[in-house]
Amino acid sequence: MSVRDISQALAAGSYSSVEITRRYLQTAESRNDAINGYISITPEVALAQAEAADARRGRGEATPLTGVPMAHKDIFCTRGVRTTCGSRMLANFVSPYDATVVEQLAHAGAVMLGKTNMDEFAMGSSNENSSFGAVSNPWDTGRVPGGSSGGSAAVVAAGMAPFATGTDTGGSIRQPAAFCGVSGLKPTYGRVSRYGMIAFASSLDQGGPMARTVADLALPFAYMAGFDARDSTSAQRSEPWLEAMRQGEVPQQSNGLRIGLPAEYMAKAGDSGAALEAAIKALEALGHSIRPVHLPHTEAAVPAYYVVAGAEASTNLSRYDGVRFGHRAEHPTDLTDLYERSRTEGFGAEVKRRILTGTYVLSVGYYDAYYRQAQKVRRLIQQDFLQAFTDVDVLLTPTTPNVAFAKAALTQDPVAMYAQDVFTTPASLAGLPALSLPCGFLDGLPLGMQLIAPHFEEQRLLALGAQYQEATDWHTRTPEFAP
Amino acid sequence: MKWQATIGLEVHVQLATQSKIFSGAPTAYGAPPNTQACPVDLGLPGVLPVLNEQAVRMAVRFGLAIGAQINERCVFDRKNYFYPDLPKGYQISQLDHPIVGRGKLEFALPDGAQRTVTITRAHLEEDAGKSVHDAVPGATAVDLNRAGTPLLEVVSEPEMHTPAEAAAYFRALWQLVRAIGICDGQLQEGSMRCDANVSVAPTGSDTLGERTEIKNINSFRFVERAVRYEIERQIDVLESGGRIVRETRLYDDERDETRSMRAKELSDDYRYFPDPDLLPVEIDAAFIEAVRADMPELPSARQARFETDLGLPADRAAALAEDAELANYFEAMTAAEADPVLAANWLLNDVAARLNADELGIRQSPVAAEDLAMLVRRLSDDTLSSKTARTVFDRLWAGARGVDAIIEQEGLKQMDDSDALAAIVAEVVAGNPDQAEQFRAGKDKVLGFFVGQIMKRTQGKANPKQVNILLREALK
Repeated sequence: MSVRDISQALAAGSYSSVEITRRYLQTAESRNDAINGYISITPEVALAQAEAADARRGRGEATPLTGVPMAHKDIFCTRGVRTTCGSRMLANFVSPYDATVVEQLAHAGAVMLGKTNMDEFAMGSSNENSSFGAVSNPWDTGRVPGGSSGGSAAVVAAGMAPFATGTDTGGSIRQPAAFCGVSGLKPTYGRVSRYGMIAFASSLDQGGPMARTVADLALPFAYMAGFDARDSTSAQRSEPWLEAMRQGEVPQQSNGLRIGLPAEYMAKAGDSGAALEAAIKALEALGHSIRPVHLPHTEAAVPAYYVVAGAEASTNLSRYDGVRFGHRAEHPTDLTDLYERSRTEGFGAEVKRRILTGTYVLSVGYYDAYYRQAQKVRRLIQQDFLQAFTDVDVLLTPTTPNVAFAKAALTQDPVAMYAQDVFTTPASLAGLPALSLPCGFLDGLPLGMQLIAPHFEEQRLLALGAQYQEATDWHTRTPEFAP
Repeated sequence: MKWQATIGLEVHVQLATQSKIFSGAPTAYGAPPNTQACPVDLGLPGVLPVLNEQAVRMAVRFGLAIGAQINERCVFDRKNYFYPDLPKGYQISQLDHPIVGRGKLEFALPDGAQRTVTITRAHLEEDAGKSVHDAVPGATAVDLNRAGTPLLEVVSEPEMHTPAEAAAYFRALWQLVRAIGICDGQLQEGSMRCDANVSVAPTGSDTLGERTEIKNINSFRFVERAVRYEIERQIDVLESGGRIVRETRLYDDERDETRSMRAKELSDDYRYFPDPDLLPVEIDAAFIEAVRADMPELPSARQARFETDLGLPADRAAALAEDAELANYFEAMTAAEADPVLAANWLLNDVAARLNADELGIRQSPVAAEDLAMLVRRLSDDTLSSKTARTVFDRLWAGARGVDAIIEQEGLKQMDDSDALAAIVAEVVAGNPDQAEQFRAGKDKVLGFFVGQIMKRTQGKANPKQVNILLREALK
């Protein structure tokens, strides 16, 4: 069921929030053994919130999101419900405060069904790095759902939640959305508050919504977005279209847009090539013009991304030291032993790898060669995009170089795993909004395409994506899910 | 061989903001452990820092007070290291782009000589918590109340050469930050902590010797003693053929020595990099001008004003101006129409002595400025003699209020009835014919005897000037 259908049915009184919440809780519980998309399912919280939502509707104070069930990626701190970030380190961590995103969605009346599985500390492209077990792709449970927001993508695809929150640092919303055949928006850096969203790489992390359709992204996005005084990197803007979206409006696309195809991306489109050709034709049929563009520094994006993200992660994760919260080694012999064993035991292999590489690139003697160099590359990539956007309104690219791969296929080859992010990291480095939406299938597995817009032009992405989905039906297909 | 020492100080000034530098938690001193630490101070997962504008304003104020460049753009960096009282595993500080650039501090040495020391830079950073080693048996406890308290780290050039100079610099800085209202100056509470970099080299050498850093000195006296000890220690090492090792040392005030804490030869790698959670701070001219307009008077300007406008001698003006609170008290007295010179004398002599004896600051003085001003006025108009004034002061110190009421109650009003006084004088002269004869024979000193007798008879209430005149008359 779509967010819009549920919202309208609740408004019409066809069913109550408690009823629809119960139904989703049932589906979530029954399918989670096979999918493992949820780390925590929280029926008590959900039903209490659903009851409150129904009461609020009774008072005539409902928003279009009031009573709509949803799931939070387990990276968002939730007061009273444990927040693990997919890590043994935080297996028992219960936050004393709500993330801004959690607070805003709760304030709008959304009902939290549970917390979704993810790669540990959002580090991964397959969801195999979770301390709570890998997530299965609902289209083929032998395959990965993508990562790091793989749990969110899988529960949406498997009908275990109408929408979910995700976070995207180098593709963590877009890539799993593509692998699971759903839509996902990474907003402009600064659009959604990072307060209470456990940090991986602070200059890149951005929260966003994941749902079956682009139209369904608009409502949750509008309530997640907005300035937050608790986040210094949050953007202070007032846009009337955001307020209209909060009232349930989906932005409409009428004018012919100039859509750029970056040659550097198309050359590597791989599995997506044919599907993209079809998408281009569909977009042209809608009155948009297509033109080639160049983003010459694209190739340097993945290495630059892994340097920047690793550097920031290495210090963001220093607070997990066994002293105040999180995993603490038993019977430490001294302070060093406490630190070393708490972190050795609490963190998984991929997290350790990134802390080590991040520490390395910030070290005296290596800083200039790696960190400073990566920052230069980052600026060049930003300039590439700014240059391209003087000619085009939006960019169209594949989201991933291939369809969802088999579990364990890449776990022994981190570099091949990192290469999965080739199309998604550039927009992250540039802080641009980017949308992934289904554009076809290959061997029964979904393919995604990515639309990238200039800073703060999420409206353009959502309008174009929704228009495309009105003309196509890829987004309507659901996995033949056999629990 | 002759040796010359070179000293540079890094002083951490706790800024007197209401809340912490990156969170809304209060900064008050002395709360029960961990009651003033919010999720941001605890470094909980997901929290983010937000810069306290008041801290920026205070840093700019300091920069203006030392005539420094205020950098238009300053950047916060993460300084990475693990320690239990450092919740995030990094301290937010400023490395390459501090808020305050090069400036200078002028001050006087105890012998009166003027010195100017260059301040290389001053940057904003957050304080760490405290590790408490004696609260829990067998374990170290951590109190994070102090974590996130704003600090301004003021770094001097290595331009000082004697322990006294280092102490005088530290004191001058202490006076300045209090005068401009950015620090409470409570040294015993750790409001200002000093690290001293000390090296020695043969006199006349153009290179500096290897230096050591003495950490966390928190009083003027200890700065002087720690630096002196360290200079002597280094000279001893060098003269016995040894080599100075670059290291961090701790001053032990009970044993009056410095001890090695850790070798710094492999120089710690703090992996500084710009904190991505905080945007660079842009400080525009309008902001700086607003801070300038708000700037309290600097001690030097105040001293000059006390000299020229109020006619105080330079030493008195300086003594008052260097202590902002004392100067405020003094100005409250002159505002209440006390004679400035008399007021200054009372403050710096009688009041200072009593405060000292009772170990109080001027803020804790039991005598209100208005009362002391009235006392001075009653001295000026000859209602009180210096003797009776002290009696009134004693009553005020003991908690009585209202100078005129005390004078009335205690009957301390100076005798201004010249007939009555003349009668007493005549009586005393008549009663002591031998002394009167001596005086008339030219023995002037005898006059004191008569004055004493008359004061005794009048219980000190006679006006000494009047007594003098009447006596000389009667003894003719």
